[in-house]
Amino acid sequence: MLRKIRIGLAVVVWIAITLLFLDFTGVAHAWFGWLARIQFLPALLALNVGVVMALVVLTLLFGRVYCSVICPLGIMQDGIAWFGKKARRNRYGYSPAKNWLRYGVFVVFVIALVCGIGSLAALLAPYSSYGRIVQNLLGPVWAWGNNVLAYLAERAGSYAFYEVDVWVRAWTTFAVAAVTFVVIAVLAYRNGRTYCNTICPVGTLLGILSRFSLFRPVIDTSKCNGCGLCARNCKSACIDSKTHTVDFSRCVVCMDCVEKCHQHAISYTMRRRPAAVAEPSKQKTAAVSDDARRRFLGATVAVASASALHAADKTVDGGLAAITDKKKPERRTRIAPPGAVSLRHMAQHCTACQLCVAACPNGVLRPSGDLLTMMQPEASYERGYCRPECTKCSEVCPAGAIKLVDKADKSSIQIGHAVWVKANCVPLTDGVECGNCARHCPTGAIQMVPSDASDPDSVKIPVVNQERCIGCGACENLCPARPFSAIYVEGHEVHKYI
Amino acid sequence: MNRREFLRRVGVGTAAVGATILPGCSPKEESYADAYSADASDIPTDKMTLRTNPSTGDKVSLLGFGCMRWPTVKGESARDGAEDIDQEMVNRLVDTAIAHGVNYFDTSPAYCRGLSEHATGIALSRHPRDKYFIATKLSNFAPSTWSREASIGMYRNSMKELQVDYIDYMLLHAIGMGRGMEEFNARYIDNGMLDFLLAEREAGRIRNLGFSYHGDIRVFDHLLANHDKYKWDFVQIQLNYLDWQHAQGNNTNAEYLYGELEKRGIPAVIMEPLLGGRLSKVHDHVVARFKQAEPDRSVASWAFRYAGTHPGVLTVLSGMTYMEHLTDNLRSFCPLKPLTDEEMQFLYDTADIMMQYPTIPCNDCKYCMPCPYGLDIPAILTHYNKCVNEGNVPESAQAENYRKARQAFLVGYDRSVPKLRQANHCIGCRKCVSHCPQSIDIPAELARIDGFVEKLKQGTL
Repeated sequence: MLRKIRIGLAVVVWIAITLLFLDFTGVAHAWFGWLARIQFLPALLALNVGVVMALVVLTLLFGRVYCSVICPLGIMQDGIAWFGKKARRNRYGYSPAKNWLRYGVFVVFVIALVCGIGSLAALLAPYSSYGRIVQNLLGPVWAWGNNVLAYLAERAGSYAFYEVDVWVRAWTTFAVAAVTFVVIAVLAYRNGRTYCNTICPVGTLLGILSRFSLFRPVIDTSKCNGCGLCARNCKSACIDSKTHTVDFSRCVVCMDCVEKCHQHAISYTMRRRPAAVAEPSKQKTAAVSDDARRRFLGATVAVASASALHAADKTVDGGLAAITDKKKPERRTRIAPPGAVSLRHMAQHCTACQLCVAACPNGVLRPSGDLLTMMQPEASYERGYCRPECTKCSEVCPAGAIKLVDKADKSSIQIGHAVWVKANCVPLTDGVECGNCARHCPTGAIQMVPSDASDPDSVKIPVVNQERCIGCGACENLCPARPFSAIYVEGHEVHKYI
Repeated sequence: MNRREFLRRVGVGTAAVGATILPGCSPKEESYADAYSADASDIPTDKMTLRTNPSTGDKVSLLGFGCMRWPTVKGESARDGAEDIDQEMVNRLVDTAIAHGVNYFDTSPAYCRGLSEHATGIALSRHPRDKYFIATKLSNFAPSTWSREASIGMYRNSMKELQVDYIDYMLLHAIGMGRGMEEFNARYIDNGMLDFLLAEREAGRIRNLGFSYHGDIRVFDHLLANHDKYKWDFVQIQLNYLDWQHAQGNNTNAEYLYGELEKRGIPAVIMEPLLGGRLSKVHDHVVARFKQAEPDRSVASWAFRYAGTHPGVLTVLSGMTYMEHLTDNLRSFCPLKPLTDEEMQFLYDTADIMMQYPTIPCNDCKYCMPCPYGLDIPAILTHYNKCVNEGNVPESAQAENYRKARQAFLVGYDRSVPKLRQANHCIGCRKCVSHCPQSIDIPAELARIDGFVEKLKQGTL
């Protein structure tokens, strides 16, 4: 019964969290947004004391329930392990804890967090890994499915579905996600919860607490006939059937053993006396998967033909001019989304879970490729710009890295400023009127002035009032100069209200 | 007699009745139950209304085939996208048209991204030369083609593409566009091209010489004032029940244009009788009005019958992309049932109603294209008009259907126009403005639509 409850809860939570990363309409967030906020690491980074305390108390009472029903990566592993168990029954066995490894990783993780090496922390954190996997690997499938529906809806004259762009935000992050998934999937398929008990820092931390949990599975030696069935079905490899002991620091209270035991010798009960922690008697080498295949993805870059834009002389009717794709300018300071407060605040709080990247409807946010801030979001404006009415990233961020902003804040938070590049500016290169940047600036920070101050009839060029510019990138995105815009945004280290 | 036997006999009987009634004699109104069917078997082949050209005595079919919208292999009008023309379909359309008496084919070196003349030539060369009249134009719009050599080259190339050694109807193309008189002089007077064309007519390589007019009325008046000198055989004007008294932009009311031609006895060739489909894609209220009056006939048929009812009209051009367009038109002209005075008044009243809807007078002719900055101007304007007609341009956020209309407008916008070709990319270079035969201030309209889209997106309407 307990096992069935666990599975039921886990499936519901898992689907809901996965939807958070897939849904681009914002509907899922209205309902399940809180599930991201009760994840341990985001709550910790958001200094959400209430949630952290609740999770600590939960673990002290019932053991690592978190790992079985709240952590999406844990549930995903259970799902994969289920296939592993179908392939070969009773495939697990007891193995002693690899304390040097898990405590070692934990120490590295804490150091990374303290020193602000967000990329390393994000690599190890379970929720971040899961977000990355879903956003990068499952996201495109979901979007394609949506596009099929949009295609059908269009033909049926319905506006219920609309097409979305499917694109890889950053190949490095995509590769990290793919490798993470393959490694974890292979480990889970073969040995169950290896990742959770050797690498996962949250698992290690909760494991320290769950040693002292009030409720726990205990083996009744009077009933046990020593068949070892429990150990061979323990995905955490924490039941030593010979000594009738369970390593509670690794047990994720999945209740499989409780249900499996034919003698009903295992029960999930309150502790009565301090149980001796099983000492590792013999050293069994865990099968460390070395066949985790790396998937290298050839970056097929579809380079749009850069044919001349300027069909100055019209000779025939119809046809469309070719449009060259925009290229990302080299920014000296990267751009963090409004609500991020500062680059440092972002680096310290972001778990790189990709929730904001998945939620951004304008194609602005993508994972950084910088070594220290790898996979944390940054803004760029080749595909769209940070639209004034959109506050999605700040709504979804569970870690407090992007603080909640409203629409009013949105048009007054300065995240960067626009810089004019004279060499690319169309009025000067093509001799035509333009002013598209000025026309679309939501704060009116750009005005068009005659290029020759002494001649009021000379072609007009933009001038930027940096005091009013918020760095939203409308000018950069809508600038007709291609591939490099004639106006681009430089990020600010610290955001401010103007 | 069992049931099967009964059905068989009844079936044979019905078929026999159908066979005797349908071909040849004028079909009854009832047989138009599906007036939009591509199946032309119910349309008589010898009933096309013909008009006589006073100068050459040509018997011209009242329905003329406009070759500006040939279909592509992708099944759309060839002025969209970059696909090749579907020659097989063009041949079928031409064959069906000729079989039903259509004998006037109007093309230009500029049409269908410059592919129209070639395709038209292939389709027509499969028929005897005396079965059809070819109309083409000297489309020397680009300053690079204003020189005498380039213009003559364009004229000779038309003959080559059309596979003919004489042209039945030759037009100065769209006089009055751009910078009016100045541009007209540059295209036809300063380089001696008008004299050249007059000499070609003398030599018999041009059988009829005329011009098509859009825009600056001074050029039209100037050419007609010199009718004694030039002896225009025909003039092509934009005429329909909306333009009769409600010409938009700096175009001139058709009532005036037609009157001027009638005064001088010059036959009128009618372009834009349907305003590029704008008179068939009308507001639902207007559709209801038409269908109440004649439930079996298409909305478009009204516009064609209107143009054909004027006695001074030589032929009414229709750019037919699909077989359904052709058959619908054949049903209107085989033979023409002229509109009564009441029906004419009904159309003028309808025009008054239509003027109340704020559609943009874009006929999707694509003269503005390609936009040098990659916009799809006609697609943007057409989407806007579609939303106006379908009631999806809400006045404010308090409008009753605001949420639904907003979704339909924005989602439909992304579907109709790729993001990079939408109105917010218009930089206002104004290159398109002089190309628009309807004199639409395109950058201003695009800025207005962009502003509307921004308001919808930001929820500030």
